[in-house]
Amino acid sequence: MTNARTETRADAGPQEGEPAIVVSGLRKSFGEVRALDGVDFEVARGSVLGLLGPNGAGKTTAVRVLATLLKPDAGSARVTGLDVVADAPRLRERIGLAGQYAAIDENLTGLENLVMVGRLYGKPRPVATARGMELLERFELVDAARRPAKTYSGGMRRRLDLAAALVAKPPVLFLDEPTTGLDPRSRIELWTTIEELVAEGTTVLLTTQYLDEADRLADSIAVIDRGRVIANGTPDELKDRVGGERLEVHLAANGAAAQRAVAALAPMSDDAPMVDGDTVTLPVRRRTGVIVEAVRRLDEAGVEVADLALRRPTLDDVFLTLTGHVAETPEDEDEEMAA
Amino acid sequence: MTRVLADTLVVAERNLVRVTRAPDLLLAFTVQPIMFVLLFVYVFGGAIRIPAFYDGYADFMLPGILVQNIAFGGFVTALGLNEDLHKGLIDRFRSLPMARSAVLAGRTLADIATNALSIVVLTVTGLVIGFSFHAGLVEILAGVGLLLLFGYAFSWVFALLGLLVSSPEAANSVGFIAVFPLTFISNAFVPIKSMPNVLQWVASWNPISAMVAAIRELFGNPAAPIAKDVWPMQHPVPAAFIYCAILLAIGVPLALRRFRTRTTD
Repeated sequence: MTNARTETRADAGPQEGEPAIVVSGLRKSFGEVRALDGVDFEVARGSVLGLLGPNGAGKTTAVRVLATLLKPDAGSARVTGLDVVADAPRLRERIGLAGQYAAIDENLTGLENLVMVGRLYGKPRPVATARGMELLERFELVDAARRPAKTYSGGMRRRLDLAAALVAKPPVLFLDEPTTGLDPRSRIELWTTIEELVAEGTTVLLTTQYLDEADRLADSIAVIDRGRVIANGTPDELKDRVGGERLEVHLAANGAAAQRAVAALAPMSDDAPMVDGDTVTLPVRRRTGVIVEAVRRLDEAGVEVADLALRRPTLDDVFLTLTGHVAETPEDEDEEMAA
Repeated sequence: MTRVLADTLVVAERNLVRVTRAPDLLLAFTVQPIMFVLLFVYVFGGAIRIPAFYDGYADFMLPGILVQNIAFGGFVTALGLNEDLHKGLIDRFRSLPMARSAVLAGRTLADIATNALSIVVLTVTGLVIGFSFHAGLVEILAGVGLLLLFGYAFSWVFALLGLLVSSPEAANSVGFIAVFPLTFISNAFVPIKSMPNVLQWVASWNPISAMVAAIRELFGNPAAPIAKDVWPMQHPVPAAFIYCAILLAIGVPLALRRFRTRTTD
């Protein structure tokens, strides 16, 4: 029943082995659009599930259902053993939600925001204030604690949003595209913070468009496309299916050169090379010696190369392998936004 | 039940803090009312013929400005609510174990405080330019209480409006189109007798007129002569309270229900 997880994760509590999140047959439509079309997945306690997919795939809708903001049309979802519809009020005490649109009040200071959230959890003001200061220290926002949130940078707002989600120390945390739009340094800082939370036993459901983010943070990944889960597994399993690295060769000329290149490179891999104009892409299983061998073969075949690189698979590669098409954004992105 | 109250106070506090931090909002409650008073008394005052038994136009007109200001104060409610909806904040509130109704209840409660501020500013300005009370403390306080009650009722109606329209800009326009004629087709600034016949009927039944006449009476200034012999004009004080009760009875449940449908699915 429970997914495999690494031994270093501590067990989060003395309860039965039910996974922290269980989703079964979830459906949700907005008018004509089927945002969720039968979604199933589970998240073991204390682990991280990455929901990976392009814009409009249904990630945000799924999270909103689990966070009790939306009612599903069909199917069921249980978080920490509570039903998201029937037990919604009780469940809200156990979850934290942080999203791409940092839901903080810009006119209040960082501390005031956290105190307000704390008091809305039912804590008395002194307790909420102490908790607020504790979180501000952890997220290195103490210097800005008494400044209105509208003066914060994008990274600081995200951190404040995450702090607000953590006020009540929820056992389950929903992070909706937490690093979209952040600069590289803020991304890495946020990843580190999330890893610390998970080490403390928090269960995390993370949605993202970025394979590298899912790769780094997630114990298991569910790939979601147009409202359905199309693949489920650990990051390594997924990358194996997708075929690991890609050798990308940009040729100096089109046409016959491409065919010669394909013929020269084909023996290097089990998968067939793909041609797109003047670019030949070949999935390879290893890194060592690949570039040297490729250069030699192309040289022997007399192919002129403009550029040659070994790159990691992107979301498009994942989708291409799994679905036969690149990650599409659906015509109507507004359902995701309006959800 | 105590949770509802506690959460309402938290939301109310947040809304008040926002007002103090947003200088443009503060202007709406302080400078704008002063401007209105000066405008009406000194610019329009000379051109409007008021009954002779008034000491001056300020005495006739300050209750009207008070009521109008309270009516427009609800605007801020509609706008702020619509803005909150569009940004993520309402979502955050909804994912918390807080009482649902507290979001609206807290906002309308905060409006009482801002309305009180407007009342103080307007009254002080009025006193400076020649308005005077001619009634006892009890009646004056009753008048202030009535104004705050009216403001509270109106802000629920405005909350409903804010939840019905699609954007803050729409809230602005629709609100203005609704309230502007309402406050002017009344006895607030001109005697009803001076209007065309049809408007005299409208104005006489207008809740604004009942409110203004009630405030005039409670502040000890004579009521304007009655144009049409309708009950609210004959008994403005009870009529004003009844109108407030009606507004609350309609506004509160509809706003709460609309909030629920607008934010759940």
